[in-house]
Amino acid sequence: MAELSTQAARPSIWRKMRGNTGALIGGTLLAVIVLIALFAPLLAPHDPVAQDLTRRLLPPFWHDRSVPEHLLGTDHLGRDYLSRLIYGARVSLGVGLGVILVSGAIGITLGLLAGYFGGWVDMVISFAITTRLSLPIVLVALAAVALGGASLTTLITVLGLLLWDRFAVVTRAAAQSLRHQEFIMGLRAIGASRARILFLEILPNMRATILVVVSLEVANVILLEAALSFLGLGVRPPTPSWGLMISEGRDNILFDPWLIALPGTALCLLVLAVNLFGDGMRDITGPVRK
Amino acid sequence: MLSFLSKRLLVALLVCVTVSALSFGLMFLSGDPAIAIAGSGGRAEDAEAIRVAYGFDRPLVIQYLDWIGSALTGDLGQSIYFNVPVTEIIGNRVGVTLTLGFISFLVALVIAVPLGIAAALRPNGWIDRIALVIAVSGQAIPSFWLGLMAIVVFGVWYGMVPISGAETWQGYILPVVVLSYYAIPELMRITRSGMIDVLATDYVRAAKAKGLPMHLVISRHALRNAVLPLVSLAAVQLGQLLSGSIVIESVFALNGLGRLAWESLLRSDLPVVQAIILILSLLYVVLTTLADILNAVLDPRLRGAS
Repeated sequence: MAELSTQAARPSIWRKMRGNTGALIGGTLLAVIVLIALFAPLLAPHDPVAQDLTRRLLPPFWHDRSVPEHLLGTDHLGRDYLSRLIYGARVSLGVGLGVILVSGAIGITLGLLAGYFGGWVDMVISFAITTRLSLPIVLVALAAVALGGASLTTLITVLGLLLWDRFAVVTRAAAQSLRHQEFIMGLRAIGASRARILFLEILPNMRATILVVVSLEVANVILLEAALSFLGLGVRPPTPSWGLMISEGRDNILFDPWLIALPGTALCLLVLAVNLFGDGMRDITGPVRK
Repeated sequence: MLSFLSKRLLVALLVCVTVSALSFGLMFLSGDPAIAIAGSGGRAEDAEAIRVAYGFDRPLVIQYLDWIGSALTGDLGQSIYFNVPVTEIIGNRVGVTLTLGFISFLVALVIAVPLGIAAALRPNGWIDRIALVIAVSGQAIPSFWLGLMAIVVFGVWYGMVPISGAETWQGYILPVVVLSYYAIPELMRITRSGMIDVLATDYVRAAKAKGLPMHLVISRHALRNAVLPLVSLAAVQLGQLLSGSIVIESVFALNGLGRLAWESLLRSDLPVVQAIILILSLLYVVLTTLADILNAVLDPRLRGAS
């Protein structure tokens, strides 16, 4: 019995500590990348799209042939790799935020309505969620971007219109449990309007839950943008997107594998940072069902 | 049970109809599919000829009913690029995607479930920590990048596996490793959390108290209940592996459905794209419906609830 009780007590304390260190590491890393993206023009040593065909495929600093002006080398068009990596953070974070604004607005509104009103509203919205989940995301996004004309705006709109499901599922569940709480019943009794109850009372009570979904979804969007750009149907060249850089470096992976290793590592670090931060938030604020 | 089954099947059918309408409608996203087929440099007369030839001049509802009617009889139209039936092209490619998807799914299950159980038995033990590292890294590494790096390391540097194509079974090794690594984290997490919940219940404590060996406690009592959330997630994951292999297929130059869809998009072969989206969506609906039914069979409590 003694063993049982220590086993039961250990996880919660440990999980919280680990969650907090995770959130700390993730948050710091994320803050650094956000700062790099914000101050890209000051930090980048060169213009990220300026080509110099006389200096193509220069290797990064750990190689013998490297030159000091191009710390991380140059790509197949002689563009400075470090500058492209720095500006690439803007694309990843920008698309991540843009998509979340669209998908969050759709998903949270639908989830609130479904969870609060129930009945046929809930049935219709739940059906929309089920339908959305059965669509193959990558394929539909590829097709929509290809047909709608590849541009940053199309990409953000398409992904925003596709990725609202997790927001809807989570806010729906949260609204369902809040709807019967006393303070909401009280507000209804004093005749508060539905809009006020929904957006000024219920919504602020879900802040923590929504923040966790935001972090999960930002990571998801960043990976999707990279995959779509890699397939040539995301961000258009010469914009420096990490996914696009991996795709452009692909032809030279035999002799210059660092061309794909560097942007890939940048992607991993960013997604890792967002995930660690989100996981930490989830542990601190209590469990969220995905 | 019967009312649960009929309700569930009705929803599945409605989803199928909606999804088919959506994949049909996708074609009109560009505005005019005739211009998309003729290309941006095409003349107005060409677009007009295409419009008549493909029946784009008819009302949308008629076009949809015509398309879905033929689809029900197994006719998914003609490929614009190859000028052969879409079903024929898809038939040639579907094997690769199914093989890749199912093998990756099995590999992921075989690794994720035991690892999840072991992690749950000793939370914060060393197995749990290794599992956590695998999960966190698996969710952060983009699979197409992992695939490329694996090609560089194991294909180019060490020459252990072929770097592209699936003419031999060795061609499947890297794609399967990469795809299953993508699926492992979520499967493992849900097994772990399901197990932790179940291990804390009274009936498991009672089974332990009566002196049942631990492996029997797990296999007879705990796993059966922990597996319930896993069934739903496994169906979702299998669906995602089948439809998400599009990027992996292009990295490893495997001629599967995903690569076909991508190539067809690049050459504006819209009937093929539509058909693939439809097939993958329907597959997902079938898988999740089967999972729900299986869950209802495994857990009688669910039948009343739904």
